[in-house]
Amino acid sequence: MTYAVAQVAAILATALFIFSLYWMNDPKTARHAVVAGVSGMLVAVLATWFQPEIVHHGWIVLAIVAGFIVGIPLSLVPLTAVPQRTALSHAFGGLAAGLVGTAEYFLGLTEHPAQLTAFRTSAIVAEVILGFLTFTGSLMAAGKLQEVKWIPQRPVTYPGQNVVNIGVLVIAVALGVVVVVHPTAAWSGQVFYAIVGLAVLFGVLLIIPIGGADMPTVISILNSYAGLSAVAMGFVLGNKLLVTAGALDGSSGLILSIIMCRAMNRSFTNVLFGAFGTVQKTVATGEQKAWKQETVEGAAQLLEQASLVVVIPGYGMAVAQAQHRVRELYDQLTKRGITVKFAIHPVAGRMPGHMNVLLAEANIPYSALVEMDEINPDMPQCDVALVIGANDVVNPAARYAKGSPIYGMPIIDADKAKTVLAIKRSKNPGFAGIDNELYVQDNTWMLFGDAKAVIGELVKQLAGGGGLH
Amino acid sequence: MNDYWSMVFVFVLATFIGLGVIRRVSRLLYTPLMSLTNAISAIAVVGSIAVTGGEYPKAIRVLGAIALFASMTNIVSGFLITDRMLKMFKKQ
Repeated sequence: MTYAVAQVAAILATALFIFSLYWMNDPKTARHAVVAGVSGMLVAVLATWFQPEIVHHGWIVLAIVAGFIVGIPLSLVPLTAVPQRTALSHAFGGLAAGLVGTAEYFLGLTEHPAQLTAFRTSAIVAEVILGFLTFTGSLMAAGKLQEVKWIPQRPVTYPGQNVVNIGVLVIAVALGVVVVVHPTAAWSGQVFYAIVGLAVLFGVLLIIPIGGADMPTVISILNSYAGLSAVAMGFVLGNKLLVTAGALDGSSGLILSIIMCRAMNRSFTNVLFGAFGTVQKTVATGEQKAWKQETVEGAAQLLEQASLVVVIPGYGMAVAQAQHRVRELYDQLTKRGITVKFAIHPVAGRMPGHMNVLLAEANIPYSALVEMDEINPDMPQCDVALVIGANDVVNPAARYAKGSPIYGMPIIDADKAKTVLAIKRSKNPGFAGIDNELYVQDNTWMLFGDAKAVIGELVKQLAGGGGLH
Repeated sequence: MNDYWSMVFVFVLATFIGLGVIRRVSRLLYTPLMSLTNAISAIAVVGSIAVTGGEYPKAIRVLGAIALFASMTNIVSGFLITDRMLKMFKKQ
């Protein structure tokens, strides 16, 4: 009887999870997604908890309460910190899978050796490797995104790095095969610990050579791993609900990774083993052109005279927390009958969809947010392209500079606009470490300074100057 | 053994459903999508409860309790932050 209840609950939860993801296809229905997801989770948790095998309840209550205590503050982080929160939650997902896998293995080793069949042991090994590498890899990614002091932000590379990385993984998998073949030998427990250690190490090594511009892809890949580790846990426990929910998460991470890779014109292996940003430093060719600086007054005038303004936001907008000022600028311009659109590059920011969420937070209607492919044909009609803290995604070098690390990456055609205004914090090159010739184009004017401050000034200028006309 | 193959079967089908459904997700919502799938994959909580609450040695149950804490954190923060972000898109 309880078995049937558990099965019905699992089917119900699976259906709710699928509906949940289905409702994400439109912002209008998206909030149903959360209701469906929470209901599915509640059904699954209660059905499991009331199984007769569950005899100790104290620790369960304790762990759940602790989860709420840590989870609630984590859900209240500023939206600019969402990438690191996401990375951290991948880490937690990986940790849970790794620990349950470890528990199941030693349970089998000490009490039920018969349960360590080849299939189940393979699943345990897969769960533990995926779980622990996701754990440390995501922690490293979260650390890099949070700009923790002792984790280097820039990609760290050394000769033979890829050989070392792949070697560590190969040894871990080979030891896994040994454990599958001899699951209950006297030394199997030690080998198992070695696998855990190697997986932990591999996660760290995997992220060390990754730079900020690759974070959207890497977060998506880690998302996929976290899902797959849940699938492996499902195989271990013989639980189909875990397998389906994990597969949904895994496929979501996979699709996002593919989209991110395509948006950078790179392959998975190139992202993971390519060490973006340190490989080639393009040598400056030809004469060095100087940029032209514009005053806030001049920029405001340019904007006022435009009829179509395309704003191209990048990570710099997130860092400066400038999205609310951007909203004020949007209000000032639309008030004058100027059309304002936001051109969103798929990899702008540090995770998929990062810019959309920041702009939505500032109440910018999502009908004004336009994908790269849709905005590019309109760029020649654009009077002013306003680049806010974006760099590589508007670098024309991506079209032709064969030696450049961003060669072939689709970009937003800011350079085709009649005038370009670029707000930039410093005169240094972007994350990819390459010069951006957009900034020295004849029709480009630079505004140097913190994005929030500069846009604040622009808004003030427009608001004050508006009365004079 | 038969049961294992049925699990693989379920996995393959679920992946196809996942690919089909996720492909239609609005591009505006990729960030909340990631936090939502994250919360959903914290269904690992089910396995953690079984390990924590079963009649097992203490060391095993400690591992389960830590895993349960980690999954629960993901469930709570994942769903809450997803809702927070979606609210911003909804109100327009």
